[in-house]
Amino acid sequence: MELDPDASGHGPEPLIAVSGLKKAFEDVVAVDGISFSVERGEIYGFLGPNGAGKTTTINILTGLSRPDSGAISVAGLDCSGNPKAAQHMIGVVPDESNLYPELSGFDNLCFCASLYGMRRRERQERAEELLRAFGLEQAAGRRFAGYSRGMKRKLTIAAGIIHRPPILFLDEPTTGIDVASARQIRQLIADLNSTGTTVFLTTHYIEEAERLCRRIAFIVRGRIARVDTVENLMRDTEGRHVVRFSFRGDAGRVCERIEAALPGLRCSRVPDGVRVESADPVRVGPVVRLLEDDGLEVTEARKIYPSLEEVFVSITGIEAGLMKQEKERNRGGGGS
Amino acid sequence: MKTWIAFWGILAKDVRSYYLKPPNISWGLLFPLVWTTMFFVRSGLGIDSLPDLLPGLVALSILFGTTSVLSVTVTFEKKGRSFERLLLAPISLQLLMLAKTSGAILFGTVNAFVPVAVAAFLTDLSAVNWFVLIPAATLIAVSSTFLGLFIAVSVKEVFEAQTFSNFFRFPMIFLCGLFFPVASLPPLLRPLSYMLPLTYGADILRGSISGRNTMPLGLDFVVLAGFCAVLFLVTLGNINRKWIT
Repeated sequence: MELDPDASGHGPEPLIAVSGLKKAFEDVVAVDGISFSVERGEIYGFLGPNGAGKTTTINILTGLSRPDSGAISVAGLDCSGNPKAAQHMIGVVPDESNLYPELSGFDNLCFCASLYGMRRRERQERAEELLRAFGLEQAAGRRFAGYSRGMKRKLTIAAGIIHRPPILFLDEPTTGIDVASARQIRQLIADLNSTGTTVFLTTHYIEEAERLCRRIAFIVRGRIARVDTVENLMRDTEGRHVVRFSFRGDAGRVCERIEAALPGLRCSRVPDGVRVESADPVRVGPVVRLLEDDGLEVTEARKIYPSLEEVFVSITGIEAGLMKQEKERNRGGGGS
Repeated sequence: MKTWIAFWGILAKDVRSYYLKPPNISWGLLFPLVWTTMFFVRSGLGIDSLPDLLPGLVALSILFGTTSVLSVTVTFEKKGRSFERLLLAPISLQLLMLAKTSGAILFGTVNAFVPVAVAAFLTDLSAVNWFVLIPAATLIAVSSTFLGLFIAVSVKEVFEAQTFSNFFRFPMIFLCGLFFPVASLPPLLRPLSYMLPLTYGADILRGSISGRNTMPLGLDFVVLAGFCAVLFLVTLGNINRKWIT
């Protein structure tokens, strides 16, 4: 299958190029014809809620899953028909730490290095180097099963880069770990990228994507809603004014009434309230009066300052906070 | 060269993590030993009958040594997602699965010679044709291991791997001619017996130890090798279909 040249983004030769990628599991469409490209040396963010198709996309790109249709090229190698074609060039950190519980941290890294054909001495040196870099040298001889969640995550990232891959896929690297470990991992990702590693990062933490990524793709229900640089995405919020109204009571079709009664306002429902957006400063009084006339008890009106989260909400219609909470519930993690 | 480093890495890790663990050694040896002793006591024959029982002991040691560990460990790794690490490695699926099964094949083959070594102290084994027995034990280990792999790929849970293994193992013990000659089985069961790889393996073992094989040994080897090839190819197909979805 030919690659769609429009999917190639800014650079002439993207490191990863995906065109018209589709994948369904029985009657559930996980990935619905997405196209995108990742340039050499960038951190590319894939941002979306649970079930948006992020992990399915990573699985297809890394050879763990086969697409129903579409074209994939990784480092110039056509992986559409041969999912293993580029596996020597990629490192993968899955959304769950999946090293061997019975092996020590050191042995896990040495074993992973052997899978990439590294010789004994080379893999031992590399394992020691990574254990030092990730602050795990004290735990090198301990079984992986006894590691804390943050330590497991760090060692899983170390295993993903043991063979110095030019491309690293990170699936939710900081989900469910403590704040300090998450910060450390973000720094490690930035350091890796500064040494030339191209990173494909899926996350549901908008602030993480904002801090690390050059470009971000918003993926919702298997489709890419928008791809752009963080600067361009943020530009969308310039000159826009957003106020969130919280209230008690049955809102019914309150947004339609607000938009009809107060021209120039765009209204969307959010949990326990509405989000009102306008090109001019939002006049709070008329909106509150309208809500109260509808029998709603307004508890708060809060100005929302421009952020990537706002862009995400306005493009996808999904509350970022909800997305984060849902993920933490599923993982039983403590957040970051 | 690089792929062989990966092959050796997987084999060494499995041997260290799984096959050299005391519970696995005892399971692979104790069960066949108890089973065969039961037949030995039941038959009321003396120590001279040991060569007659040795093929059964060897075959069961291999069968239980290979299937019990492999099917459980592969299912365990699949469930814990560490198997994904192997699927992400830049080696072919064929070589990966050969590496994954080599530990079980080695373990099964070594298991086979433990009862032989014990028997050597108790009875005269000078009639044993070692040039037939050693390749036979290895080939039975290969076929049993591939059966274990087939089971591992067919189930999702670790407990299912154990119960599903028994679904194959126990009928095989009774129908393969080790304890009851195939000719003495009810006519309805006889065709089933010839559909089992262990029937041919047991025949070679009998031929090599006491010279009492019922089919030509060449035919036994060819059929057993055929079972190995079919089981491996079918399992690879299942992995491709079920695990790389």
